[in-house]
Amino acid sequence: MNEVVLTAESPARKAREPVVLSEHIIEVISDSGEGAQRCGQSLGAIAARSGNGVWTVEIIPAEIRPPARSVAGASGNRIRIGTHRITNGGGKTDLVVAFNEQVLLGRVHAGELKPGATILLEDMWRENRDPAIVEAYRRVHDQLIAAGYDVREIPMERECRKLVSDAKRGKNMFALGMICRIYSFSPEVAHDQIGRTFAKKGAKVIDQNVMLFDAGYAWAGENIDLHYMIPSSPAAGPQMVINGNQALALGVLASGMELCAMYPITPATSASHYLSDVFENVGGMVHQAEDEISAASFALGASYAGKCTVTITSGPGLSLKQEALGLAVMGEVPMVVIDVQRGGPSTGQPTKVEQGDMFSVMFGSHGDAPKVVMAPSTIEECFHSVITARRIAETFRMVVVILSDASLATSQQPVPRPEFDPAWVAAPLDLSPVGEGAKPYDWDAETGLSRRFIPGQPGGMFAMTGLAHDRASHVAYDPEINQTSLRARSLKLAALERTLRPPKVHGPEEGDLLVMGWGSTRGAIEEAVDGLIAEGHRVASVNLTFLQPMQPGLKEIMQRYRRVMTIEGNYSDDPADAIINADNRRYSHLAMLLRARTLVDVDCWSEVKGQPIKPDTIRSVMLERLKGDAS
Amino acid sequence: MNDFTDPTECLLRLHDEQFALEDYQGGVPRWCAGCGDNAILSAVQRLCRDENLRPEKTVFVSGIGCSSRFPHYMKTYGLHGIHGRALPLAEGIRMTRPDLDVFVNTGDGDCCSIGAAHWIHAIRYNMRMVVMLHDNRIYGLTKKQASPTSPIGLKSNTTPRGSWLDALNPLTVTLGVQNVSFVAQAVDWIPEQLYAILQAAYHHKGLAFVRILQRCTEWLPKLFDEAVRDPAHVQLLHHERGLSISPALAKIYPNRLEHDPRDINRAREIASETDPIPVGILYHNPDVPCYEDLRHHGLGQHTPERIRAGLEAEFDKFTIHPHTAAAAE
Repeated sequence: MNEVVLTAESPARKAREPVVLSEHIIEVISDSGEGAQRCGQSLGAIAARSGNGVWTVEIIPAEIRPPARSVAGASGNRIRIGTHRITNGGGKTDLVVAFNEQVLLGRVHAGELKPGATILLEDMWRENRDPAIVEAYRRVHDQLIAAGYDVREIPMERECRKLVSDAKRGKNMFALGMICRIYSFSPEVAHDQIGRTFAKKGAKVIDQNVMLFDAGYAWAGENIDLHYMIPSSPAAGPQMVINGNQALALGVLASGMELCAMYPITPATSASHYLSDVFENVGGMVHQAEDEISAASFALGASYAGKCTVTITSGPGLSLKQEALGLAVMGEVPMVVIDVQRGGPSTGQPTKVEQGDMFSVMFGSHGDAPKVVMAPSTIEECFHSVITARRIAETFRMVVVILSDASLATSQQPVPRPEFDPAWVAAPLDLSPVGEGAKPYDWDAETGLSRRFIPGQPGGMFAMTGLAHDRASHVAYDPEINQTSLRARSLKLAALERTLRPPKVHGPEEGDLLVMGWGSTRGAIEEAVDGLIAEGHRVASVNLTFLQPMQPGLKEIMQRYRRVMTIEGNYSDDPADAIINADNRRYSHLAMLLRARTLVDVDCWSEVKGQPIKPDTIRSVMLERLKGDAS
Repeated sequence: MNDFTDPTECLLRLHDEQFALEDYQGGVPRWCAGCGDNAILSAVQRLCRDENLRPEKTVFVSGIGCSSRFPHYMKTYGLHGIHGRALPLAEGIRMTRPDLDVFVNTGDGDCCSIGAAHWIHAIRYNMRMVVMLHDNRIYGLTKKQASPTSPIGLKSNTTPRGSWLDALNPLTVTLGVQNVSFVAQAVDWIPEQLYAILQAAYHHKGLAFVRILQRCTEWLPKLFDEAVRDPAHVQLLHHERGLSISPALAKIYPNRLEHDPRDINRAREIASETDPIPVGILYHNPDVPCYEDLRHHGLGQHTPERIRAGLEAEFDKFTIHPHTAAAAE
């Protein structure tokens, strides 16, 4: 099928066998608004439908409309395609389609391209009316060739102009056609995908895009002597291609929560955009509040009055919500908080990934304010974490924070389509009368749990308060009461911990090095571990989905390895820095917690470059630690 | 009560459901003797009784400050929140629970200083609730600091040489916000009008903003002395569409003004007056839409079946259709 010759004109010489690859990373980049995003997403979908493993990462410029042809303005997608399931963005890029040389330069400077990578470069700039552009194009082109890249100039504009008057609309489909030809993807699947993508725009638009796709496909067949094939392994069941923020929003729908209060903030907002579009279909709503504090307070008020609610934010918003979260802790009002982490502190790097908020969600509100903290590590877990968070929040009357991040938020992956389970959905409000003498905080002596009263329940009237209070919610003037109530709220974490199971070890049950991590780094860590195991190293990893409380049995697992370290996307001191020593070294968040909790001498390595940590980087770090172990 | 067809049972039930003042009385107030908050509490408890509000269907929400202890003294549901955030807390309740009556008690620091952003937006949302601004023009609980409504020149612990800025006027600010629908001013020393204003506020479909000038006997004992002693410093507003003035009250307060509460421009002029103090309904527009009504069409029909249907429709959008024939040939 992949070798079907599209047009009669295609010469037979192209029918030779493609080179079989286990995986490749492909980028499509352009100025904003030229359609590289759509091209990349379509490629991801075509590969997924063909049964390949796929991981798509958006390349987003910081500005909405950066100047055309600017180094920092690259917009597009990076698609990693493999034979098997892919769990992360992988290493460096093998093949790039670039609509101009400047956006490409940005990617080269960022070190994203493999040495010798193939570059398919739009050549229209060579004949631009502006001599400065011609000069810039030639200079970059020559530099790239000198640097050893396999640069191929492609007359995309010229070829598209043969078919449409405005090549800006549709060049992306020409590019998609070329890529599909190079990687032996079926034009049939591509045509169907184009049909679905443009379904709302009607047959005329679909036909035009198919025509451009076919032109690109044919042109590559004639003119590009690259021919690859990434064998696929068909998926077990139906798959959905979604990103982490869509998964979170779908999780909100599935959890039975009916209200999300939020304030716009990057990179969390796309979850709320999607939710705003669909929530009302199931009887829910998104409230865009006047600020982050109001969003948290509105959600808290709604939760107090009934069903658990959710607020979605990122770092700076989280800082502003802290006081309201403290009230929810004190009043034992269930709430779900989704924090899609970005670079910090302060405004930091809004569109870039970081895992820097663990401590601020755990310890952020003043006083002892225990909250549950969870960290989904895959797109699939983003969906299920919200459902679980809602249930924990209501059962334990607690605030549950879900820590996602910018990488999960914007990465796309095929995930198994979930089977609806009625148990996901919150129960209807119980407004039955409260028995005589029942108290709103009748803390169980062992677990700290108590039954929540909801307005509308006769006999349950009480004034919830942020002041220290007794079992009846009366303001506490007796010092014993504060001790008792803090104990009850803390015990709930222990009670939850007793329901958790130890984490699964990825790799051998004992060995030389155990890597521990949380959140979006999981895929890259496990890939590095798998590679090292294949080479005979005795290494393993553990991913923690619960950060507070932590899953049981960690110390016992850690003791089975000669060395334990964390790999994280938050800042930690480099022990090689001149003034850093054992007394002043600041560890990564998880490492610090694990050291405190287990008294195991946990080492760490972390990076805050705003990019997902690559498996190769992790591999090097692990090899270095293993070397240290041998010496 | 519609459930009961047997008239006897209906009558019994009716008898059961007549609440007395004690049914709304929670903890013993810890406000100072003579504090204006006590007068507001009495008026509110009376209103609850007269309107026969079910205690379990009534919620008092507050922020932080002397005013905000209010929910503790009511035997209804209450939410004593955080400083400045009473309004968004109340909005969340109102949005998801239209069956509840929502009251907000806030102070001049809570509403006009730390919570000012929420105040403006709450007016714009126009969600049905009665907002009582307990305005004593001073921070009480933290012990005498100037508030935004403190008179210029006021000596306080943070302004020992006198406050620098002219006082903010909560009435003109509120009347300047789009979607404002009900603004009134009451004073704690005329309980009859305080009650009448709160009653009108309760019946308003939208956000009813009631500024209540309230004496702080501890920190500003003399601030309202003149107005309390000399009725000439008070001007009672009345209109067929607003409040009427009882003959007894009319005897005491000769200074009266007929004002149509539909007239927002006149309302703004009256709001700017500080001597005599206008008391009554300044503005009332029953036709401003409420945010909860605009947003409500989905809520309340949140069934597992509907969630499932919606979710499956979304899953369909993202589901990819494997192309088995595309496997290597």
